[in-house]
Amino acid sequence: MSAYAARYIKPNDRLTSFERLEIYNRQYWFRVLDSMAQDFPGLRAILGQRRFDGMCRAYLAECPSRSFTLRNLGARLETWLRRNPQWIRGKQSLALDMVRLEWADIEAFDGEAEPALHPEDLSGSSVPTLRLRVQPYVQLLELQYPVDDLALEVRHSEDTDFTSNVLTENRKSVKIQTIAALEPKQIFLVVHRIDLSVYFRRIEREEFLLLSVLRRGKTIARAIDLAFQRSSISEFDRGGYVRNCFQTWATLGWFCRPQKNARGEKVREK
Amino acid sequence: MPKNRFNGFTNYEIGIGLRAPHYEHILSRKPVVDWFEIISENFMIDGGRPLHVLDQILDQYKVVQHGVSMYFGSAEKPNREHLRRLKQLVKRTNTPWLSDHLCWGSVDGRYTHDLLPMPYTFEAARITAQKVREVRDFLEIPIAVENVSSYAEFHVSEMTEWEFLNEVVERADCGILLDVNNIYVSSQNHNFDPFTYVNSVPAERVAQIHIAGHSKFKKYILDTHDHPVLDPVWKLYERAIQRAGHTATLLEWDDSIPSFQEVHKEAMKANRFLAETTLAVAV
Repeated sequence: MSAYAARYIKPNDRLTSFERLEIYNRQYWFRVLDSMAQDFPGLRAILGQRRFDGMCRAYLAECPSRSFTLRNLGARLETWLRRNPQWIRGKQSLALDMVRLEWADIEAFDGEAEPALHPEDLSGSSVPTLRLRVQPYVQLLELQYPVDDLALEVRHSEDTDFTSNVLTENRKSVKIQTIAALEPKQIFLVVHRIDLSVYFRRIEREEFLLLSVLRRGKTIARAIDLAFQRSSISEFDRGGYVRNCFQTWATLGWFCRPQKNARGEKVREK
Repeated sequence: MPKNRFNGFTNYEIGIGLRAPHYEHILSRKPVVDWFEIISENFMIDGGRPLHVLDQILDQYKVVQHGVSMYFGSAEKPNREHLRRLKQLVKRTNTPWLSDHLCWGSVDGRYTHDLLPMPYTFEAARITAQKVREVRDFLEIPIAVENVSSYAEFHVSEMTEWEFLNEVVERADCGILLDVNNIYVSSQNHNFDPFTYVNSVPAERVAQIHIAGHSKFKKYILDTHDHPVLDPVWKLYERAIQRAGHTATLLEWDDSIPSFQEVHKEAMKANRFLAETTLAVAV
């Protein structure tokens, strides 16, 4: 590498060609590793600093940035980890769940928000055949571990780490204990925002299915059909359940106002 | 402040880089600041808090856009998606001019997120100037290119850095964002007289000036933007405004960011030199 650097870069009176090139190399890795650590603090807590750094270096060597912004640096991490499970051996499901949650957090933070649906937008509509669009920033996750709690614990500990060394040690200990004690438990999670802050909201399986099916562009009737397959909610209770769900989601602004066609008409189900 | 076609015929004074740790202070206290410089890439997003904050800032302040990833010196064509998003932001901010760096940093669509130095060749100047023109034509606003700090020089270079800068801006007919801290850092790393650089720049093309702090290491100086401006940089700044006149000036402070008041106080030190220049012109 020294000979290669010398072919292109001039030495000066203090540094060889390689040493000058090395300044850029060090800065590159400092920048991208710092960005990954900021975006995936939960994964770093699960893997430990050394393994996390090694994993990031391997990931970035195979998946270097293809975006003008560092914001997208971790966009391919989940896919890459599925192809390279040796980096998360022994903690595969937990680590993948955390990556998905932390990436969803990024998407929810600055994702697009369309004008929210208001009741008057639906006047005259046939509800069963409506196709409601879920806000682009709303992220739906089905997870095998309750990593939302862990992510919040890690962030809380990092927010307070600077106060004293003693506290740092205590927090690290809490973090390790939290990870060690985490048992698998399926959860359904919505990562969304209220007043521009990102929140995690646990939902039930049926809610998750309803929202997921609606996001795929299906009608409300179809979403309800699919959501209650193998559901433990009795048929008698389903009407009220669905009403409550839609009321809550509409209040949270999770649905977009219907799109209009070129003539300003609402796009309706044929 | 000199109005010219490279700064959109504006007369902006001293500005401050808009940084997230200061959002709350700025929005709640509404400090007197002539203008804010934003990093364009931080706001080339679809929604959420950053754009909400930007809109609130735009309600009360003038904003100028500064980019870090256009890579005028990279061989590839400008990324159309990048340009489209940038133009959306330009329409939002009404920035009177837009700056980015005279450097390269991407190859075949892979980004280093660094400001890499260029080989100072005529061919590189031609390609870079062409790209600056393309970006300006697409965005329909004046472009200013910023000299970067560097730690390496290439054997193939055919001219000095300031000759290269002049070659590019003449060919592109664009403005200059003169970063006097970067000139100082590079002068120490490459053993040249920074005043020769400042004295060689076409003063009539200077749209904006950057000032910043840097860090000294044993064998080189690093452009860290984490300190107050050091005396040698103020001296270069003084010389720059003697030549270019009262020019829009921006303090960059990007790491170990102190309170807004401290950054503001440091930026306002530039007034001392601007006042002296005004006096000299009057006499």
